[in-house]
Parts: sequence; C-alpha cells; structure tokens
Amino acid sequence: MAKKEKSQYIEDSKVRYTLREMRRNASVYILLAPFFILFTIFTILPVIISLPVGFTNFNMVQFPQFVGLDNFYSLILEDEVFLKAIQNTLVFAIITGPLSYVMCFLLAWLINEMPRALKTIFTFVFYAPTLAGNIYTTWQLIFSGDTYGIANSYLLDLGIINSARQWLTDANYILGVVIIVQLWMSLGAGFLAIRAGLQGIPKDRYEAGAIEGIKNRTQQLLLVTVPAMGPQLLFAAVMQIVSSFTAGDVGRFLTAFPSTDYAAHTIMTHAYDFGSIRYEMGYSAAICFILFAVMMLANWGIKKILGKYLD
Amino acid sequence: MKVTKKRRKRYGGSLGGDIAIFVLLFLVGLFMLFPIYLSIIQALKPVEELFLFPPRLYVANITDQNFVDLLATASNMWVPFSRYVFNSVFVSVVVTVAQLLFSSSAAYALSKAKFPGVKAFNKIIEIALLFTSTVLYIMQYMVMATLGMIDTYFAIILPFVATPMGLFLMRQFMGQLPDSMIEAAKLDGANHIRICWQVVMPNVKPAWLTLLIFAFQGAWQITGYSFIYNEALKPIPTVMQQIGAAGIARAGVAAAAVVITMLPPMIVFIFCQSSVMETMAHSGLKD
Repeated sequence: MAKKEKSQYIEDSKVRYTLREMRRNASVYILLAPFFILFTIFTILPVIISLPVGFTNFNMVQFPQFVGLDNFYSLILEDEVFLKAIQNTLVFAIITGPLSYVMCFLLAWLINEMPRALKTIFTFVFYAPTLAGNIYTTWQLIFSGDTYGIANSYLLDLGIINSARQWLTDANYILGVVIIVQLWMSLGAGFLAIRAGLQGIPKDRYEAGAIEGIKNRTQQLLLVTVPAMGPQLLFAAVMQIVSSFTAGDVGRFLTAFPSTDYAAHTIMTHAYDFGSIRYEMGYSAAICFILFAVMMLANWGIKKILGKYLD
Repeated sequence: MKVTKKRRKRYGGSLGGDIAIFVLLFLVGLFMLFPIYLSIIQALKPVEELFLFPPRLYVANITDQNFVDLLATASNMWVPFSRYVFNSVFVSVVVTVAQLLFSSSAAYALSKAKFPGVKAFNKIIEIALLFTSTVLYIMQYMVMATLGMIDTYFAIILPFVATPMGLFLMRQFMGQLPDSMIEAAKLDGANHIRICWQVVMPNVKPAWLTLLIFAFQGAWQITGYSFIYNEALKPIPTVMQQIGAAGIARAGVAAAAVVITMLPPMIVFIFCQSSVMETMAHSGLKD
C-alpha cells in the first residue's frame, strides 16, 4: 500500500515536472510551431490516412474495401514482376548507393583541396545535373538505339562496336545505362551538405593536426576531416539511401515503360504502375509500404556502421 | 589566430598532388557537363541541324530562333506570359523564405534545446525522411480540398514549406555548435528565439545558404499538377512543359524551354555557393 502511494507520488510529480518544464520552455514551442503545424497538416496527416490504404482494395471510384493482408500475400507469393522489381532495386541500390556515397564524399573533399575560385566552379559543375532538373532526358540523345545516337555513332566510328547497340531496349544494357545516368545525377543534397560541412571545419584543427605530425593528405583526411564531418556524413548517407531505393523515374523515361524483360523495373516503378496507371491504389500502397520497411532497415544498418566510425 | 595570406592551404600538400586532383576533377567535370552541354546546343541549333546525320557535337550556325519562337508561343497564350513569371517568382520566393525561417527555428529547438517531447519530434522527422508513397498525393488532395485550398496559391505554397529534409540538414549542422556557446548566451539573458537567430544562425551560414539552394530549387520545380487547374495560377515549369510537349515539330523550342527553366536555380546556386566560400575564409568560431 505504502509502495503504491509512493509510485503514485512519483508519477504525479513526473507529470507536474513535465508541465513545469513545458512552461519554462514555452519559447521553444513557439520556434517549433510554424514548421510542425504545416508538417502535421500536409505530411503527417496524409501519411496517417494513407497507411490503412495498403490493407484495402481501392480504385479511387468506389469506397475502399478492407481486404486484410491480401495485397501483401499476392505481392510476395504471386506477383513475379514484383520479385523482379525487388531484385532490380536491391542490385541497383547496392551498386549506386555506396558508389554514389563515396563519390559524394571524395569529390567534395578533392574540391576542397582546390583554390577558392576553382572550388565554386567545380561544385557548380558537379551539382549541375541535379540543378538542371529533368535534363536527364538528354541521355536519350546519347543512348538512342539507332545510328543517330551519339554513343552508337562514335563507337561505330572508332570501330569499338560494329553494329548499333540498342542501349535502351536491350535487356543486357538497360540496367547498366540506368546506373550510369543515376550516378551522373547522384551528386545531390548529400554532396552539397558535405561541401558546406568541409567549409566549416575550423582551421585550428588542421593546425593542431600539423603540429601533431600529420604528414600527408590521406592522414589529414582520416584523422582530422572525417571525424569532424559526422553529422554531414550521416545526412548524406540518408539522402543516398532514399535516392538509390526510390529510383525509378530515370529508367521509366529513358527505357520504354515497361522496360524490356522488366530490366529497369524497380519497386518504385511497380508502385507507379499500379498507382498512376491501373489505379489499384491499395496494391500500390502495399508496395510502398514494403519499400518503406526496406529503407528503414537500410537506414538502421547504415547508422550502425557509421555510428562505429563517427562517434 | 593569425593566418597569413599566402597559406591558402591548411598544410603543405605537394604541387604534383594538386595537379593530379585538378586533372581528375576536370575529367569527371567533363562527364557531368556533357549532357547539359548537349541540351544547350540543341537549343541553339537551327532546324536543319537538329536532325543531322551523323549527330554533331557543335553548332555550325548558332541561332536564337528557338528562343524567339518560344517567346512568340508564350506571348500568344491567353494568359499573359508575365503572369506565369509572376506566379513562379512569387511562389518560389515565399516557399524559400518560409522554409528557411521555419526549418531553422525548428532545427534549433530540436538540436540545442532540452524540453519534453524533443526525442519524439526528432524521431518523427527521421521516419518522415524515408517515407514515400504513391497514394500520398491523393490524401494531400483530400486534406487540401477539405481546407478549400484547391486552385489557390496556398495549394502550391503551404505543402512545400515544411520539408523534413530541410530541418534534418539544419539540425545536423546546428548540433555541431558547442553547447557552451548557447550557455553563454543564456547567461547573458537571451531567450531561445534570440539565441537561435542572433547566436546560432550566423554560425551556420554555410548550412542555411545550402538550404536556400535546396529550397529554391525545389520551389522552382513545383508544378502543382493535381492541385491547380486555373491557368492563371500555373508556374513557369508547367507552361514550359506544355509548350515543349508538342513533339518533334517543336523539338528546338522544347530544348529552348529546358534551358530557360534551368537558368534561375543555377543563378541562385552560383550566388549562394560563392557566399558559402566567402564566409568560411574568416571563421573559426567552433571549438
């Protein structure tokens, strides 16, 4: 009895403590309010309403019909294209994810070794594909399958190939081409964040490093630069995870849709197929739900790995 | 600490190393620029050069005809072109400024203040970063329709202000500032709002200049396809796509439209990025 009273008392004081802390920090909530009000209305609320859709049959015309786990069963057990999509997404993410991440960091760091004017120019050049928006459609001129295609025309001239290759419709080339284009536009938000982070490392750290006997660029990179870049490296990692797992637009625009033998078909493309073409919104939501789970898993893994080196 | 002018490098790296790095960056740079170069020369080619065989990587007779045609098409629409320009500039500026203000204040609260709920807020942002769904826009449509925002400027402004990515970026940078800086300001009697804007923000200038780039770039690409039906409220990218979508007959005009659309974000980028370089030349405030 006495014990219960005591815990009751502790509970009570906890609530009161929390309330007092909230009052004391009133100005913090004022700072949070504008962002989180808009975020709740336009992101959290729609997300919460959309979660149950994956468990329904919803064609946008009739009221959604609850089907339990049916969508998930047929995705995993019956939908062969989805299995192909998962396979493509994983192959794609495992290649472009780490590669683009290393590119982001290495290129940002190398740029940082240049004099100031060149820094601005190189940062602009490398970020330009991201800045230019939908310009990746230009790659169609390069990889066009007829002899008008730039790649074909020049490779034929040089005698490297002896007939025009169907870069965008031959299942052997599709994934490779899409990976090249995706890598081309992968120096995005993560890259810029790392650039900005490198600019912010205080000079005295480098001086201290020099005094302690750092002799070359590699040592300096590993002993001074990387440890000072933890938050930016994590930011870039999350951005690269998102962009490599949600890729699909590039393949959809460059190769025909659906691509030959579904060679460029990713989870996102599959979700687009059902969501925006067939209007099977329930099925599409279930696909996105699985993608979300995969990304959470990847994110958790990356954090584990990075945490070991950064903290 | 005194830093002599000559010491542009932070320690002695070899000249050979510098040159090797330059050559590598230059080659990667060529690869990056090639498709962009292609789309620019497509816009400068006269019709007879557009479909030449074999394809040419340069323009023999540079012409501004495509841009003239583009302007002619644009000025013949029933909504004056200046109206589209106004829409785009208005929406982009409002979204960018609001995003900068709101994300920065929220990021400060989440990284430097201790208050009940801070962990929950942080978790929400981290999860939101990873969430993508093809059905989300339908639900957004429902929310906006309920609020009576369809076919108003609100529909292409408000949903784009609070992005988890902007907040995450600012939070990562602010977290690096020493707590002692905030404690000192507190001792001076400053409240959180003042600390955020007068102490923290000047010290994360590279971060918010970078956010400015992301925000403007995102805002400039807002098309509002499913939220805006009134022609007079549409922004430039939507119109450019409409003009360019006319197929092969307008291939040159479409190329010109692509070039025009990508210019404003590039200008903002160059302005912000050169300021990022500038700020850091004389800052050593972190401990």
